[in-house]
Amino acid sequence: MNLPEEKVTKINISEFLLKAKSLIGLVGLIVVFSILSPRFLDYYNLTNVLRQTSLNAIMAVGMTFVILTGGIDLSVGSILAFSSAITAGMLKDGSPLIIAVLAGLIIGTGLGFFNGFVIIRWNIPPFIATFAMMTVARGLTLVYTNGQPITGLGAAFGYIGNGYIGPIPVPIILTVLIFAIGYYILKNNRLGRYVYATGGNIQAAKLAGINTNNIILFVYSLSGFLAAISGLIITSRLNSAAPTAGQGAELDAIAAVVLGGTSLSGGEGGVIGTLIGALIIGILNNGLNLLNVSPFYQLIAKGAVILLAIALDKKESR
Amino acid sequence: MRKSKILFLLLTFILTVALIAGCSTGNTNNTSNAKEEKTIGLVISTLNNPFFVTLKNGAEAKAKELGYKLIVEDSQNDSSKELSNVEDLIQQKVDVLLINPVDSDAVVNAIKEANSKNIPVITLDRSANGGDVICHIASDNVKGGEMAAEFIAKTLNGKGNVVELEGIPGTSAARDRGKGFDEAIAKYPDIKIIAKQAADFDRSKGLSVMENILQAQPKIDAVFAQNDEMALGAIKAIESANRQGILVVGFDGTDDALKAIKDGKMAATIAQQPALIGSLGVEMADKYLKGEKVEKFIPAELKLITK
Repeated sequence: MNLPEEKVTKINISEFLLKAKSLIGLVGLIVVFSILSPRFLDYYNLTNVLRQTSLNAIMAVGMTFVILTGGIDLSVGSILAFSSAITAGMLKDGSPLIIAVLAGLIIGTGLGFFNGFVIIRWNIPPFIATFAMMTVARGLTLVYTNGQPITGLGAAFGYIGNGYIGPIPVPIILTVLIFAIGYYILKNNRLGRYVYATGGNIQAAKLAGINTNNIILFVYSLSGFLAAISGLIITSRLNSAAPTAGQGAELDAIAAVVLGGTSLSGGEGGVIGTLIGALIIGILNNGLNLLNVSPFYQLIAKGAVILLAIALDKKESR
Repeated sequence: MRKSKILFLLLTFILTVALIAGCSTGNTNNTSNAKEEKTIGLVISTLNNPFFVTLKNGAEAKAKELGYKLIVEDSQNDSSKELSNVEDLIQQKVDVLLINPVDSDAVVNAIKEANSKNIPVITLDRSANGGDVICHIASDNVKGGEMAAEFIAKTLNGKGNVVELEGIPGTSAARDRGKGFDEAIAKYPDIKIIAKQAADFDRSKGLSVMENILQAQPKIDAVFAQNDEMALGAIKAIESANRQGILVVGFDGTDDALKAIKDGKMAATIAQQPALIGSLGVEMADKYLKGEKVEKFIPAELKLITK
């Protein structure tokens, strides 16, 4: 019975290598920007980048779990928008803060759960199931908000996005907390091992007695829940829920996960890599703005960096 | 076996919906014939944006006032959806077609199709680069950009550093507002545009891009955002960076922006009047159906709104 143990250490080493490689990309980017812009390494700019990155990073944790099972979740941006709209609408109608926040979180989790349910019950590919949810949830948001932003949500709600604990902005603390929990589950918890097993080889996992259906329900619910958390942060930050919120957010989250070395075919990777991936994207956006690069070239630069980072990753892992 | 069952259920569902939808349009056609009510079709680029929702509301109000039945279709910013929406409305035999194009080039085929069925077309907000259009109604974005520049130049006494937040790169609104603004600012040698970045007409991007620019630029006197959503995001960024004395000017005149101006957080906005564009559309359709002469271009007025 030594075999499983050996396997575990092997996975750890390869994951460490993956992390190291994306880390090189991140450090490279930081070095380049700090040479090009004297203000990049400024303390305020760094908290600024971290706070901006938190939205994508939190969603990317959920996306990591989903992708580890071999799935994909295209609906996070729309779920973000709908759950934020619900919270904002309820606050506007005078609901207590806790109730409104909980309602948003429940809606997000519920829509995620529905994604998982559709996937296991009807055996629909995750790409299609979550694509349908992406469209439906966006439509629900438009119906609920009548296409208008919902604004004026009160000072207490503003704390989630604008507040500080000590010198650190609340969104950053939430992000660190969520990553820590995600890391713990994937590393030290049976649930985490089942997530890897489901993505590695679903038939083998089933034969080993893992209820893979429950795992799939769990990861999509988690993804919906974390999308709703991201939604709370941005809505609180802007004191407004926009019907267009989170458009294209799913692609940023997927990019962060893949940049972090998690395999799109599932079973390999983890949240530390994802954190690095999210930071790469966040720093790229920030640095290009600092340097006042023309928006036309920014799009090219972003795509090129993502491609380059992944190409390096592939080459070295051969 | 199971898959085919699902497929069967899905098809049944779609057919049922289609049938119900078909019946209900059939019914309304009947009633409209009975009352001799004329129908106007309105194809909107997206209802995912408050501006176009207000435009739609303006058209609806006017149609109700003048006694028209208005059918609204949403193209969801997708030109192929737009074409099928136009085809649907042609099938429903609308008397006039109001189109707010997703893209000025891609809409041409849809307009030609309406032309071939002799249905008159009026374009709203964005123009079409082909086909027969009896009338185009829009606010003059270049003029609006100039108005913003003049306001900033006057308030800053012809001297200062200005940041420009641009809309989605390549869209005509971003192009025209930017052109008007940049050309008018160029007349003031002591006003410099120190940063010009895209925030895609989006509030949360307006926030993060402005946060980044604030880090890069120690001295900013004014911000021109090419729409109000970005301006409101920029205001959040300026507030949380504790920077004082930065003039923020937006564009569109949304409810949120008007409130921010009233509260003294925003200096001004160049208000488009989307409701006016929508209602002018219906008004021109009405004129045309009554055989009156309709001008080729109807500019919808812009307004500089300050406290």
